[in-house]
Parts: sequence; structure tokens; C-alpha cells
Amino acid sequence: MKSDQHLFDNYQKSLKRERKIVLSWQLIILVAFIAIWEISSRMYLIDPLLFSSPSKIITSLFERFLNGSIFKHLSVTLFETIMGFIIGTIGGVILATMLWSSNRFSKIMDPYLVILNAMPKVALGPIIIVALGPGYLSIITMGFLVSVIITTLTVYSAFNEVDPNYEKVLTSFGATKGQRFKEAVFPATLPTIISMLKVNVGLSWVGVIVGEYLVSKEGLGYLIIYGFQVFDFTLVMSSLVIIAILAAIMYKVVERIESWLIKQST
Amino acid sequence: MSFLTLDRVSHHYFSKDSYTKALDNISFSLKEGEFISLLGPSGCGKSTILSIIAGIFRQTDGQVLLEKKPINESELAIGYMLQQDYLFPWKTILNNVLLGPKIHNKNVEKLKPTALELLKEVGLEGVENSHPASLSGGMRQRAALVRTLINDPKILLLDEPFSALDYQTKLKLEDLVGKLLKAYHKTAILVTHDIGEAIAMSDRILVMGANPGTIAKTFEVPIELRNQLPLTVRKHPKYQILFDKIWEELEEKETEKGLRSHEK
Repeated sequence: MKSDQHLFDNYQKSLKRERKIVLSWQLIILVAFIAIWEISSRMYLIDPLLFSSPSKIITSLFERFLNGSIFKHLSVTLFETIMGFIIGTIGGVILATMLWSSNRFSKIMDPYLVILNAMPKVALGPIIIVALGPGYLSIITMGFLVSVIITTLTVYSAFNEVDPNYEKVLTSFGATKGQRFKEAVFPATLPTIISMLKVNVGLSWVGVIVGEYLVSKEGLGYLIIYGFQVFDFTLVMSSLVIIAILAAIMYKVVERIESWLIKQST
Repeated sequence: MSFLTLDRVSHHYFSKDSYTKALDNISFSLKEGEFISLLGPSGCGKSTILSIIAGIFRQTDGQVLLEKKPINESELAIGYMLQQDYLFPWKTILNNVLLGPKIHNKNVEKLKPTALELLKEVGLEGVENSHPASLSGGMRQRAALVRTLINDPKILLLDEPFSALDYQTKLKLEDLVGKLLKAYHKTAILVTHDIGEAIAMSDRILVMGANPGTIAKTFEVPIELRNQLPLTVRKHPKYQILFDKIWEELEEKETEKGLRSHEK
């Protein structure tokens, strides 16, 4: 007869095996993608001038990191994105709180929010640049605009979905509306707000890169447009690779913050 | 002297196209330390009465007086227990219990020993730092009871607080609540659809009719049953007699309602 411990060990082993299989497939796809790209570029199956090749991208990146020219662009974009992300998320939560605090205000704002939400925010780019000038401010505003409305709507609807009985308990204690928000509605909605962070990481990148397309003299979005204009697609691809890596890192950091916050709140 | 008085209270629920009358002309009063039950079918407005007394919303007509003052001006604490415990899942048991004092901006630190004492009294020693999710249904409802009692409420409103529990836990909790309320001489109103529970716990039973909610009949619980614990009451011969009477009354209501809806 098999012992309990033995069965448990077997289960753990099967978990490990599964993880190994998944990981190997992930690696295979990555390597295959890069290899096919490199080979087809060298054999002129795709136009190397348009699609570049992994080896060229790596060389180009290496050079730019060595002479330090990339850091300026990288830090500018990262700064703008993080600012847009933070302001968008906090702004959205504050707006949602205002909507929650007054039923009438939320009714009045309803059609405007619907329009603002449906509208492609990046289309506002030129107007923002005219209003705020061509600089960080405009680009951060773009990053913020893309995420703030959807955050407001999502968080507001989460506020309204909180079980009213928690508020009932507090009302029977004589709690004010502010106390009800602080003790019941906000903590109950925290998981939604935290998962909103992840969505907003992606959205802020969209706003900032588009903003940089339109106006800037530096940043990764600028590098992409510049590379496109001078027909240096290795530069375009290199910038894309950096953006992909940075966005992934930011997402992972937010994920860490998320699990930390969830641990704190339980 | 009457402690709580409802004087011709009516309540309507309004929606965009129609309204329903939930309560019609409800009048009754309670003496201090008295325990009454509101018994009736679902939809008879018994929970509405508690919500009005608790100040969750205002009645559309009539008056509710607590110690001769309108309920919204009264400073007396009211304790409200719901069908489920509604302990806040992100707070520890102790912080849940101390929620009321926190809302009242009282010195929460100073009340901690009282809270622990009360938790011990209901058999919840050593769980003060756990979260509600790790407790059983009965334990959670006991914690909710302590959360209510720590505010020293002058009147307790119990909205089917035992209905979500299994039968044994329910009987034990009835005993505990009965004992505590007698010990602290609390006034209480219990809403239930369980005839046995109403007889076992209260001094007086108001049987309600539905659509709109009215008080159909009042039953006094015999004096022999009043000072007994709920579990003992259920074994008393007079318990069965009263049970049958109330059963009959509810049956009659049921047939009346059936006939009326048939005529329509």
C-alpha cells in the first residue's frame, strides 16, 4: 500500500513535470521565432530593410546602450508612462468616489462619461498639444486620459456592487456616508482597484507612445517615428523590443504590488 | 411605561411606475426589557419594520418613538442583527467587534478588554485575531452578536439571525442569545417565520398578515414559558398548545389569501 506522503510526493512531482513542459515550450517558441526571423531575413524571404533582423537589432541596441544614447529616451518615456499611470489610476478612483458620494452628480455626469468613454482618447492628441504645449505635460496628459475614464467607470460600478448589507450594519451604528465609504465600500472594492492597475499599465503605454509620435523630440515613441522617417527599421524594431521589455517589467512590478496589497488587506 | 412605540406606521415602496404598500397602520409598543416576536409569511413587511426602527430608512407615514422621542432624534444605540453575520471579511474578529465604537469615535483601545470578555462569554476565546472566513457559521453569528452587544444597545433588532444556521447550532444560539438578553435586561424584537423560535424566545408574539403588512393577532406567551431557556421551552406542554394556536391562525391567513387571490 502506498503511504499518504508517497502520494503527495507523486503529486508534487507531476506539478514540477507540468511546469517544465510549459517552460520548455515557451522557450522553443521564442527561439524558433527569432531563428525564423533571422534566417528568412538573411535569405531575403522577407525584406531585411523593412523587417530588419534579430542580429542587427541586438547590435544596434548594444551600441546604443554602450554610448548611453538610449538611456535618455528610455528614461523620458518611462517617466511619462509611470506618471500617466499613477495620475490616471488615482484620478479615476477619486472621480469614482465623487460619483458615489452624490447620486445626483452621478446621474448628471452619466451621458458625459458615456461619450468620453466611447471616444478614442488619442484623437484628442492635437488639441491637448495645442492647449498644453509640446512637452512632457501633454504626453503625460495623454497617458492619463487613456486610463482615467475607464478606471472611473469600472471602480464606480464596483462601488455600487458592494453588498448593501455591509452599509446597513454601519448605518445601524449611526455611521456617516464618509464612514460607510471608508469602512465598507472602499475596502470591499480594493481588489477591483488593484486589478485595474494592471489594465492601466497597458493603457498608459498606449497614451504615452501616441503622444510621443505626435510631438516629442525624445522618448521611445519619438525613436520609432524618427526611425520610420529615415527608413531605419532596425531602430524602429529596437525601440519596440525595449518597449516590450519595459512594459513587461512594469506589469510584473504591478503584479508584485498587487499580491503585496492583497496580503496587507487580509 | 412604554419604551418603544409604533403609532400608525405605514410604509410604501415606490418604483418608477408603481408602488407597493408594505406596511399598513402598524401600532404596537414595548416595555423596557420585553422581548417580542414578529411572525409572519415572507413579504409581510416584518423586516421593513426593523429597518425603520434601525433608522435605515424612514416610514412614509406615522410615528416611531423611542423613549418618547422620534427615532431619528434619539441618541440611544440600536443593535441590528441580520440574517447573515455580515462580518467584514477584511477585518479580524476583534476589529469587527470594535467597529461600532470606532464609528462612534470612542476610545477603541480602552474597549479591547470588554470586547475580549464578551467574546469569551459567547465561547469565542482565542479567535480574536482570526478573520471571519476561518470561522464556522455559528461562530460568525456569535461574533456578530458581540459586535452588536458591545455598543450597549438599548434595543436589539434580530432579523432572522438564526435562519442561515443548521438546526443544532440554531438551538444553541437561541439559548445563548436568550440568556444574554435576560442577563443584560435588553429589549428586543425578533423577526422570524419559525413559530417554535418565536414561542421559545419571546414574551409576546405579533402575528402579521401580508399585502399590505398588518398585525393580525397578538399572542401572549404563558408566564411559565417566559423565564425558561429556549431549549427547555420547547419541551413544555404549554409550548405545543400555543404552537397549535398560532399555526391555526397562520393557516387561516393562508386560506384567506388563497380565496382572495382566487376571486381576482
